[in-house]
Amino acid sequence: MQRRFGLGSVLFAALCLVGCPSSDSGKSPTGGATPSSSATKSSIDLKGLSGTITIDGSSTVYPVAEAVAEEFQNESKGAVRVTVGIKGTGGGFKRFCAGETDISNASRPILKEEMELARSNNVEYIELPICFDALTIAVHPENTWAKTITVEELRRMWEPAAQGTLTRWNQIRPDWPDQEMRLFGAGTDSGTFDYFTEAVVGKAKSCRGDFTASEDDNVLVQGIAGNKYALGFLPYAYYQPNANKLRAVAVDWEKDKEGPVLPSAETVVNGTYNPLSRPLFIYVSKTAAARPEVDKFIEYYLTNVATLATEVKYVPLPSKAYEMALERFHARQTGTGFGGVPEVGLPVEEILKREPKQ
Amino acid sequence: MISPKRLIQKVVTGLFGHMRHQSRQDQLFNVVGLACTLVGIVTLGALLIDLAVQGLGRIDWQFLTSFPSRHAARAGILSAIVGSMLIMLVTLFTAVPLGVAAAVYLEEYARKNWITTLIEINIANLAGVPSIIYGLMALGLLVYYAGLGQSILAGGLTLAFLILPIVIVATREALRAIPKDIRVGAFALGSTKWQVVRYHLLPYSMGGIATGVIIAMSRAIGETAPLILMGALTFIAFLPPSPVQSDPPFVNAEWLDSPFTVLPIQMFNWVSRPDPAFLRNAAATGLVLIAMTLSMNAVALVVRHRSRRRIHW
Amino acid sequence: MTPVASDMWIRAGKRFLERCIELLLLIAALFSVAITCGIVAILIYESSGFFAHVSLTEFFTDTQWTPLFADAHYGIMSLVAGTLVTTCVALAVALPIGTIVAIYLSEFAPPLFRETVKPILELLTAVPTVVYGYFALLFVAPLLQRIIPGLPTFSMLSAGVVMGIMIIPYVSSLSEDAMRAVPKLLREGSYALGANRLQTSIGVVFPAALSGIGAAYILGISRAIGETMIVAIAAGMQPNLTLDPREPAATITAYIVQVSLGDLPHGSIGYQSIFAAGLVLFCMTLFFNVIGHVLRRRYREAY
Repeated sequence: MQRRFGLGSVLFAALCLVGCPSSDSGKSPTGGATPSSSATKSSIDLKGLSGTITIDGSSTVYPVAEAVAEEFQNESKGAVRVTVGIKGTGGGFKRFCAGETDISNASRPILKEEMELARSNNVEYIELPICFDALTIAVHPENTWAKTITVEELRRMWEPAAQGTLTRWNQIRPDWPDQEMRLFGAGTDSGTFDYFTEAVVGKAKSCRGDFTASEDDNVLVQGIAGNKYALGFLPYAYYQPNANKLRAVAVDWEKDKEGPVLPSAETVVNGTYNPLSRPLFIYVSKTAAARPEVDKFIEYYLTNVATLATEVKYVPLPSKAYEMALERFHARQTGTGFGGVPEVGLPVEEILKREPKQ
Repeated sequence: MISPKRLIQKVVTGLFGHMRHQSRQDQLFNVVGLACTLVGIVTLGALLIDLAVQGLGRIDWQFLTSFPSRHAARAGILSAIVGSMLIMLVTLFTAVPLGVAAAVYLEEYARKNWITTLIEINIANLAGVPSIIYGLMALGLLVYYAGLGQSILAGGLTLAFLILPIVIVATREALRAIPKDIRVGAFALGSTKWQVVRYHLLPYSMGGIATGVIIAMSRAIGETAPLILMGALTFIAFLPPSPVQSDPPFVNAEWLDSPFTVLPIQMFNWVSRPDPAFLRNAAATGLVLIAMTLSMNAVALVVRHRSRRRIHW
Repeated sequence: MTPVASDMWIRAGKRFLERCIELLLLIAALFSVAITCGIVAILIYESSGFFAHVSLTEFFTDTQWTPLFADAHYGIMSLVAGTLVTTCVALAVALPIGTIVAIYLSEFAPPLFRETVKPILELLTAVPTVVYGYFALLFVAPLLQRIIPGLPTFSMLSAGVVMGIMIIPYVSSLSEDAMRAVPKLLREGSYALGANRLQTSIGVVFPAALSGIGAAYILGISRAIGETMIVAIAAGMQPNLTLDPREPAATITAYIVQVSLGDLPHGSIGYQSIFAAGLVLFCMTLFFNVIGHVLRRRYREAY
């Protein structure tokens, strides 16, 4: 009996200890040690703000959202709290269109069903592209033959008809080795997969079924780096830190006549790496934007995401695009420029110039 | 100090000494049994060493008391540790009383008819439902329908439902293992059913219940998918409100309503980042998680040890 | 002795208390039924939308499961095969090893060894399944590749083996508890008749503890069928209708995780397919549990 009481009091004491750090609510214990990173512009006045901002959605956009949330929270000295979840683009939209979250991270534009849901719940959204994710075609470093590849060849390699039939390198180009190809790619449920198939095969989700898919891009890196005859597509953010284990293949899109282009921060920003540069979005609810802390947060977001995105290995948009996005936000222009249907290969300024429709 | 030769002698006699007078069969089985046990232990060792090599160096006070960050070197697991502890608290205090009560009813009170059979099969079935389905159910039922929101209470209840079948099954088996004589004797002395249960059955079955609780809680603390689904966060840089406050009634339950994150979600998130420094963080988080589980189970282990010593039949 | 009026009140009060306690316990027991109802309700409700589009014949006879592709196929058998094969591999590892460990710890090992090793083995359940998944992929798969040449990185074999090791404590701990609780008399009787330790363990203690061992097996099997992360990471995510454990495949659980945390809009048919798959899994575990229950009823011995 007494022992049980002792246990209870230990538990209670532990709870108190646990609760203590939070008494200075929200202040980061690393407060002293974080001068804002390099060049974030603190010209936005963050005094007098308070509240909580909820963000949810894509795990691809998450690293960027985390970076901005962290910096903003530090800048506002913990007065504004930001939380980020990773339910996935679909799950994020479900919450967003039901009015539960303020901002939705999305690796694809909003689709028709979600637009319906938003309409029925009177949720108006402002669509803002925030950075690029470039899909890189990667091969093993000892792969000396595939230095460039055309989109047409990629299509032949990845279309559904290739399943079981197109299995060797020399079937793509006769001067390539007569060896079996090992294909790797993103999981069939991700926005990466959707975008890749849309860009390469011409129809989203239309793809051969016999490649090694993985949700975890680190696993793809390992797979490609472990097989001389492997080829795979993965986000640039995962290629870049592993550039010693993989080699990128220059992609030649016949439509834009740029010739074969290797993915890099420059080629993505100046729009020559096509069609595999895909924009990532955030959707802000108009009602949320009416709150001062959300308003300032989005301003902070759009002014600083260029530096922060580079830090997490994503590619920023051209600065003109950020200006246009900020204009759109200030004007509270709601709706989507995609009409609920995904599109590929569009330059970002085009997307922002389009008249958004609900 | 004991010499190495003496030490080895002691270990060998300890493990195998009693074999000297056993039959061939028994000696053989001793070896086989030990080998099988070693399979589990060696795997555990490999896992722990793997995690330790990658992550042990990363664990320091800064890591344990910082919030998540995009800079791997600055990131920490404070919000995750607190979230895991609070969630486990809710889970423990929901699943154990509910599970033990249900098992006691089914074993001691229920009439052995088809309804009881149905409930038995039902419970065994629930143990096999994948954890993510509990997440889906919790989302619809707890978060939206019951209005609990994406809170610690909802998260704790989700996990409690998940591990309830394990607790029930373990408790039932522990109760079944008690010989009938004890019940009969207690009834003969005029006890009511509840008195038999409370003063005779529960103390003897504590050991088995403890095993069930250990296995169940160990499972709950490592769950990722159902919590993400019902709304646990990944980036949260503040702690839930303190349960203690300076004005009466001095305790509050606001922390139950707060958003949260847990250690496995942080691990899951960091493990899929391209920066190898995050993999170190993930390994370190894994070690912290295992340490937390061990300390959580330590109480149950003591309870089990004490209870088994008392069994004299 | 004549009963005093106050005695009667006391007894009535005690009876009332007893009834209250019994009611509380009943409510607790019915809770599990309520949870099942909740799960079944949500599964059926969401799959009804799915089955409005996909016929049952197509669902059960199509050989491909590609609901996320533009050319969608909805043959659940590929996922069912993946689930069954990984479960069988896991059980082939966990059941024999777990039982032998339980017998060894309960009957043969010295007490100090037993009390130290049991918690250590239980620690296997504490390792997060994410860690197990990567362990299977990065450690076990290359190891198996040396034994079986030509084994791909993702395979049901590596996922199943690691899953089996994770389940060993479920089987061994609960079985050992059951065996320890068998009265000493039975063992002593057996020794008195001249049996050695192994014969006693297998012939007397094991059957006496069969109820508990059966429960341990059932929990282990259920855990294997319902495991998510290990197969999601290590078995590959491509649905594959095959019974060969050396190939990669997707299980029902891995598919559910993939879609629910992914980019599909909630409410689309691809999303609803996870509920249909979940329903099939639920029925599968129900089937195995009914069989298990019948077998246990048959062979149980009460002391």
